[in-house]
Amino acid sequence: MRALRMNRLRTGLTMLGMIIGVAAVVLMLSIGQGAQTKINQSIETMGSNLFIVLPGATSSGGLSFGSGSVKTLTVSDAGAIAELPSINATGPVISGTAQLNFGAKNWSTSITGTTPDYFMVGNWTIEDGTIFSESDVRSAARVAVLGSVTAENLFDTVNPVGKTIRITNRPFQIVGVLAAKGQSLSGRDQDDNVFIPITTSERQITGNQFPGSIRYMLVQAKSPEMMDEAEIEITQLLRQRHRISDGMENDFTVRNLTAIADVATDTAKILSIVLGAIASISLLVGGIGIMNIMLVSVTERTREIGIRMAIGANRRAILIQFLLEAIMICFMGGMIGVILGIGGAWIISQVVDMLVVITLSMVLLSFLFASAVGIFFGFYPARKAASLKPVDALRYE
Amino acid sequence: MPVNQTSPPASALIRIAQLHKSYRLVDANGKTIENPVLQNINLNIAQGEFVAIMGHSGSGKSTLMNILGCLDTPTNGGYWLEDQNVAMLSNDALAKLRNRYIGFVFQGFNLLKRMTALDNVAAPLLYAGENRANSRKKALEQLRRTGLEKFAMHHPNQLSGGQQQRVAISRALINQPPLILADEPTGNLDSQTSKEIMTLFEQLNRERSITIVLVTHENDIAAYARRLIQIKDGSIVYDGGHALESTHNPVV
Repeated sequence: MRALRMNRLRTGLTMLGMIIGVAAVVLMLSIGQGAQTKINQSIETMGSNLFIVLPGATSSGGLSFGSGSVKTLTVSDAGAIAELPSINATGPVISGTAQLNFGAKNWSTSITGTTPDYFMVGNWTIEDGTIFSESDVRSAARVAVLGSVTAENLFDTVNPVGKTIRITNRPFQIVGVLAAKGQSLSGRDQDDNVFIPITTSERQITGNQFPGSIRYMLVQAKSPEMMDEAEIEITQLLRQRHRISDGMENDFTVRNLTAIADVATDTAKILSIVLGAIASISLLVGGIGIMNIMLVSVTERTREIGIRMAIGANRRAILIQFLLEAIMICFMGGMIGVILGIGGAWIISQVVDMLVVITLSMVLLSFLFASAVGIFFGFYPARKAASLKPVDALRYE
Repeated sequence: MPVNQTSPPASALIRIAQLHKSYRLVDANGKTIENPVLQNINLNIAQGEFVAIMGHSGSGKSTLMNILGCLDTPTNGGYWLEDQNVAMLSNDALAKLRNRYIGFVFQGFNLLKRMTALDNVAAPLLYAGENRANSRKKALEQLRRTGLEKFAMHHPNQLSGGQQQRVAISRALINQPPLILADEPTGNLDSQTSKEIMTLFEQLNRERSITIVLVTHENDIAAYARRLIQIKDGSIVYDGGHALESTHNPVV
């Protein structure tokens, strides 16, 4: 301890290696953790065991039009899929954009025509009021459910439930407001939206080139184990309903959203690991710096070691003395590094508007890692000091 | 010249029999050669003796001192300190032996520069396993006895040579060892301070019957001892009473 204080500049510089290493580890881990958390949040809001079924992927004369290029999926397809044994529910969607008016305020947003099941499948929760009902769908009622962002923009602090807004100049009654969900995996704001019955949308707002066709549907399987089974069943059913003969390509696409989410999660995990590994390298370099300085210190203090041995210090005492010095440097460096890392993460979260997550285990991990580096790199110089012969150490000038 | 070859009394503090020490050197042709430093040393020192070892530089007296202090090990032969065969002891046991049985006083004082006088004196107690508070208390008492109480919180570089050497002697005494090894303790001091330091040694020897082994090449310093051992080319050439027995009035 005293030796550390006597050589402030040197100790400080050595510690700096540790500080930067630990701060980098904390910072990188928090960024990685932030990305992971963000993806997990999006996935949680998405709903579980989901497929998205898109029309299209047809080809004409060898020319592929891509997903959604042809309006081959219908509301009745959705109804039929919902009856499959592996399927919990389906939510068919037609969508467009529309101008909304309330009093003097107006707001342009995307409009989603769907069925009540969509809210369940998409894992929406209602904040205020209620969602529209099956009978609203059957009667093509002019009722609407607002996303939280849309509600805020049109109504500010007024409670929208029960109010009448105009969508492309037709009056709609607000029956409910949804709880905020945040961004989707693709980064789209899911809360800037207005939901109306699919029938109302088709007949009065978005219109439809082919009556009954939909833009896509969300399909929820009954359990994660039934996902594979569900995909086969959906495909078989749609091929049958669309009268696609063997050897012909599907005129629809079934995508497993949960699998996509898993990939995203894995990617974030790998990002975390890579960032952490890169930061660890700087910690390693800091450790080598400590070893270097401790070796110099042992050489410089050879005579001191000799004196200590002469007055009765055994090897263990000398070893512990030097090891403690190395650990002290790491410990203090680690502490300052953790503080700087947290501070840096906070600044990043403020400046670049990025989600960073700092967990206690992350802090403890980098702290432990720093101490381990201290012990590892401090051990060799300390052992070198302890294995000096007393007579040689005393004679050293 | 009379050379003491009688068999050692069993109670002797130090018994050395047929001790050899040589260093391995590599000559210009790359051949390893043995360079003998001490040859066939036989020596017994009883509890309470005051012995001066004299010799020219290169005579081997410092090597003998290092072996006596358990800082170095003999190549051949036996060394018993308080009936313990030093050659058989582990490094840790040697450290313990140095800590409990031997107090060192060096020419260059060899105080720990970063520590206060008090902590220097307390250090051997800490290595003996005493706690810090007790060590400091005992160290302060020791400094008081040596008249250095008011310098307790001074660092070595704030003290004069004589004061530093007295701190070093206090440190050597703190574990109440039976043996003090002093390697040219007055080599860096002026004659007046040397006299004070030697008087202190004499007093410790007389009043507390601490065995003192002193290495010096100055006759007037050696004159404080009651027994003189002369070493030449690695062998003892004289071992006997001092030519001038009167330790109180050393003659230059």
